[in-house]
Amino acid sequence: MSTQEQEAFEPAASGGTSDPYDVPVDRAPLRLAFGWLLVGAPLVYGIITTLSRVGQLFQ
Amino acid sequence: MNWLDRSRSLAPPGFNRWLIPPAALAVHLCIGQAYATSVYKSALIGHFDVSQTAIGVIFSIAIVMLGLSAAFMGTWVERSGPRKSMFVAACFWGSGFLVGAAGIFTGQLWLVYLGYGFIGGIGLGIGYISPVSTLMKWFPDRPGMATGMAIMGFGGGALIASPLSTALLKTFDGFDPAVDGANWIASGDAVGKLFLTLGIIYFLVMLYGVANIRVPAPGWKPRGWDDTRIRSTAMVTRSHVSAANAIKTRQFWLLWTVLFLNVTAGIGILEQASPMIQDFFRAENGVSTVSAAVAAGFVGLLSIGNMAGRFAWSSASDVIGRKRIYMLYLGAGAVFYVVLAFFGGGSMLLFVAMAVLIISFYGGGFATAPAYLKDLFGTFQVGAIHGRLLTAWSAAGIAGPLIVNGLLDAQGKPGTMSAANYTPVLLTMVALLVIGFVASTLVKPVDAKFHEPELEPAATAMKGA
Repeated sequence: MSTQEQEAFEPAASGGTSDPYDVPVDRAPLRLAFGWLLVGAPLVYGIITTLSRVGQLFQ
Repeated sequence: MNWLDRSRSLAPPGFNRWLIPPAALAVHLCIGQAYATSVYKSALIGHFDVSQTAIGVIFSIAIVMLGLSAAFMGTWVERSGPRKSMFVAACFWGSGFLVGAAGIFTGQLWLVYLGYGFIGGIGLGIGYISPVSTLMKWFPDRPGMATGMAIMGFGGGALIASPLSTALLKTFDGFDPAVDGANWIASGDAVGKLFLTLGIIYFLVMLYGVANIRVPAPGWKPRGWDDTRIRSTAMVTRSHVSAANAIKTRQFWLLWTVLFLNVTAGIGILEQASPMIQDFFRAENGVSTVSAAVAAGFVGLLSIGNMAGRFAWSSASDVIGRKRIYMLYLGAGAVFYVVLAFFGGGSMLLFVAMAVLIISFYGGGFATAPAYLKDLFGTFQVGAIHGRLLTAWSAAGIAGPLIVNGLLDAQGKPGTMSAANYTPVLLTMVALLVIGFVASTLVKPVDAKFHEPELEPAATAMKGA
């Protein structure tokens, strides 16, 4: 885990807990951005390309 | 290859669950290419010098293999975990393209059947179900939205593959608009290179999903989510049913019938979308007022409706309930088909709106199914049960075109008919949806005798995901 990702942790819940999985969520912004960009960019390209043809339907 | 094991893909504490949907989408966007085969269909017909049916068989084999591999490999996928199964899916899907390319380059159609159809079809089935149960375990608070996101990718895959394939084919063929014109058809060599390129690209993108998929730790649940609340809904079980027992229940076969009829009815429009809109709108001299290019735009709009419906309706099912949303798909779908049959020819806007809504219900039916299965059978083997349910898709893929083409053949040739010629087929779709609606109303909670005794709620909390 990168330093930047560690810094992006949400503040810990107050009061502590005995549950080992109730820990702050690692937001991992770089991995999150890369992942959504990888799938989002082609999808947006596909939608825009398709919509550009759809306009002719109502002309 | 130990890194593929389920134990090696266990998420560490604090893992961000929003990293999982892109990993799942990476797989579904790639295998969704299966809906974009029409891009190179004419090129393959010319290259192999065979009939449309002979090339259509490639897609049919792939869809049949999707259903069979999902059904027979579902339990293995559940046992092996999402990482290993997604990797296997990537290998099958990628190598299916490579074997298909070999068939195109050497002029052997049977190799394309074997490659894209058989091998690729296995990749389709395993890839389709691989991330679904994992997503539901990460999003127990919004399972419909989670599966809607992934399965939306299958609908969206064609939106990407279609323009991407066209652009690649033009590049490989050195397309010149001034020379080649509007009736240009790609060469077989270009399609072979396209298969090679897509096989490599899809394999790499799917590997991103393989590397980033994680299963939640035992007992994990979203912060602030109270899982005891689900007890208040009769149609949502906290018990678990095995895949072997699930297929012995009435609920499984009612859902199978519902999915089969919903998909069959959707295919009624998808199969004939392009000639249908041209036939519905004709001038007094009999010439269609809708050009082929505009009809292609309509097909594109249906693809967007299919994709959007998968996400929107499945997400909505988290709020209004699975049973009610299926009643909407089937009940409202039947009404929209009636409107389309009797009033669709009077208004382009009405025609397009009805068709897009019907297709959005078609997509919604696919995307909501895993969450419905989770509600009825629990998460224990929901991926395997989902795989068995997908045989309804394969069956509809055969029955739908047979019904539609059979009825339309009796009326004339699509592309040369009028709106009235479509009334029998559209009303047949209404009948199918009404039967599906009745089947949907009969779905009740699963009898406790099918529950896994060692996986009752208290024990499950310890076993976790």
